[in-house]
Amino acid sequence: MTTSALPLDSRAVERHRRIVRQRLTVAVLALLVCLLFVLTLVLGQSFTPPADVVRVLLGETVEGASFLVGTLRLPRAALLLLAGLSFGLGGVVFQIMLRNPLASPDIIGITSGAGAAAVFAIVVLSLSGPAVSIVAVVAGLAVALLVYGLAVRNGAAGTRLILVGIGVSAMLHSVTAYVLSSAPAWNLQEALRWLTGSVNGAQLSDAPPLLLAVIVFGGLLLGQRRELDALRLGEDTAAALGVRLARTRIIVIVAAVGMIAIATAATGPIAFISFLSGTIAARVIGSGGSLLIPSALIGAVLTLAGDYTGQFLLPSRYPVGVVTGALGAPYLLYLIVRINRIGRSL
Amino acid sequence: MTGQDAPFPRGATGFGNGKTLRGLCLVGLLLALVVLVALSVTVGTRDVAWVDIVAAASGGTETIGQAAVAVRIPRTALAVLAGGALAMAGGLMQGVTRNPLADPGILGVNAGASLAVVTAVAWFDISSAGAYLWSALFGAAFATVFVYRIGSLGAGGATPLKLTLSGAATSIACASLVIAVVLPRNDIAGGIQSWQIGGVAGATFDRIVPVLPFLLAGFAVGLACARKLNSLALGDDLAAGLGENVAMARFLASLGGVLLCGATTALCGPIGFVGLVVPHLCRLLVGVDYRWLLPLSSLAGACLLLASDVLGRVVARPGEIEVSIITALIGAPFFIWIVRRQRVREL
Repeated sequence: MTTSALPLDSRAVERHRRIVRQRLTVAVLALLVCLLFVLTLVLGQSFTPPADVVRVLLGETVEGASFLVGTLRLPRAALLLLAGLSFGLGGVVFQIMLRNPLASPDIIGITSGAGAAAVFAIVVLSLSGPAVSIVAVVAGLAVALLVYGLAVRNGAAGTRLILVGIGVSAMLHSVTAYVLSSAPAWNLQEALRWLTGSVNGAQLSDAPPLLLAVIVFGGLLLGQRRELDALRLGEDTAAALGVRLARTRIIVIVAAVGMIAIATAATGPIAFISFLSGTIAARVIGSGGSLLIPSALIGAVLTLAGDYTGQFLLPSRYPVGVVTGALGAPYLLYLIVRINRIGRSL
Repeated sequence: MTGQDAPFPRGATGFGNGKTLRGLCLVGLLLALVVLVALSVTVGTRDVAWVDIVAAASGGTETIGQAAVAVRIPRTALAVLAGGALAMAGGLMQGVTRNPLADPGILGVNAGASLAVVTAVAWFDISSAGAYLWSALFGAAFATVFVYRIGSLGAGGATPLKLTLSGAATSIACASLVIAVVLPRNDIAGGIQSWQIGGVAGATFDRIVPVLPFLLAGFAVGLACARKLNSLALGDDLAAGLGENVAMARFLASLGGVLLCGATTALCGPIGFVGLVVPHLCRLLVGVDYRWLLPLSSLAGACLLLASDVLGRVVARPGEIEVSIITALIGAPFFIWIVRRQRVREL
């Protein structure tokens, strides 16, 4: 190496380059999210000129475009964006905190808990709107605590947590299946929505609680950014760096579960977004950078692109969860093969 | 430890009391099975008089009660067969993988079988029982090999954690693919959806009989493997030292397991956790000797599935809860209990 004569200098340059590259990645991701959002608004079965879309968004009534954009596409795009951000951010903080890519909320049962509770609230208790979200949040938190409590022994949860989570989610899946099968008024489409996640029939009124959750809980999580970055180095190192572990853990669990549960109540458990976003972000960003914002953006990219693909690019229409599920499942298998080969990593 | 002088010594420890205990278990399970069969025929959404039951057993279908019993008899038979098959398959898989968490549901074998069946229904328009059976067997065999291959990659071989994770991942993957296959096909979606929640309702002898040879072959192969599994339990090296052909033993036992749970899934749809719970409970009672464990597991599995089915019919009157939902609600906590009890090896 020719630069080895000036190791400190070159290391600083290297570091600077990495930071620039990471900022660039975040910018590209943000741009991608914007593009996909606009695409969802502008281009569906028919093309709506962007000028008309802007006029509809400003509240004007435009012949033809008002219904198409205002009633059909905007709620859909808004829900996809917000849910993607929630799943992406909520997922990656779990993966960081538990230091395992497999510890994402959709694998350890938190998403299925929120989903089962939401289905129960809607079908059996005939609730709707914010009440469903509250039930989903409470259930999600309860499942998170249950899984954590059952897995912890001598202060360490580790891989036992994932196995316990798999068991818990098997139980919750059967609860969901039962509630759905005993609800005669619900058709199959609706049932599958609750098993995989879909934004068909999205209402604009579903968006405000989700937006609120993204702002409040997202803000809380971003406030813990420094602590979470330190946790990537391991709990002991983080503690040595001055992270108050118990406090960080509580904030992270409450905020992440809150985000995910509210998003699940709105769209159903969109398969694998939490799991995929964090692992992809770790790949794209590499070591040393914060994963939080990139992961949230990747989540939004995945939901928006998945839904667009499912709607218009495949021979028949699929809800977004089927597309992300078909994408995520092989990736999960690949990840397990890789982990088995070379040992743990995120 | 003072707890060691328990009223019964563990069955594996030898003859004498152990043998009596095994005999007692056998008799007890047989009695329980008879009682449960009687319950399963009599209990349901409609209460039926004994007169009708006797009449229906000899083929009469004049009254509604007799017709109800005529429906319940094949259902009961299927529950007994499926429970026995799944429990023995679980025992075989735990023996082959030497893994306490092995179960056809958790290792993704049921999911593989259902994906194969759903694909065959959607793309090749199969409807005969034979075609269901062959596609389910193919799917089960493929999933078994696949999960075992992935789970045994890397250092340490097939640890419980790696096997369980690859099984769970395979299950999730298959479930997503099933939905992707089913969703565009509204014509078959309803039937598949109800088959996907495994259950024994709607059984007829016409559907059971063609599968029977496969189940019987599975039972026979499984029982024939019992001695080989006893050797395998000592570890591969020691088993080979004792003159056992380790690869052959693994293959035969897996074959038995695949036959049993593939055939069961073809009939009932995926039913999980029976294969996990039952062999563990039986091991507590009669010890680790597979020559006793496998047949007793079959009996106990039949009892468990029958009891779950009866329970599902009683608790949700006038509706029914499918048996796979009940077994998951019983079995998942048990799974967690084993995970907590075991020292799970890290990746």
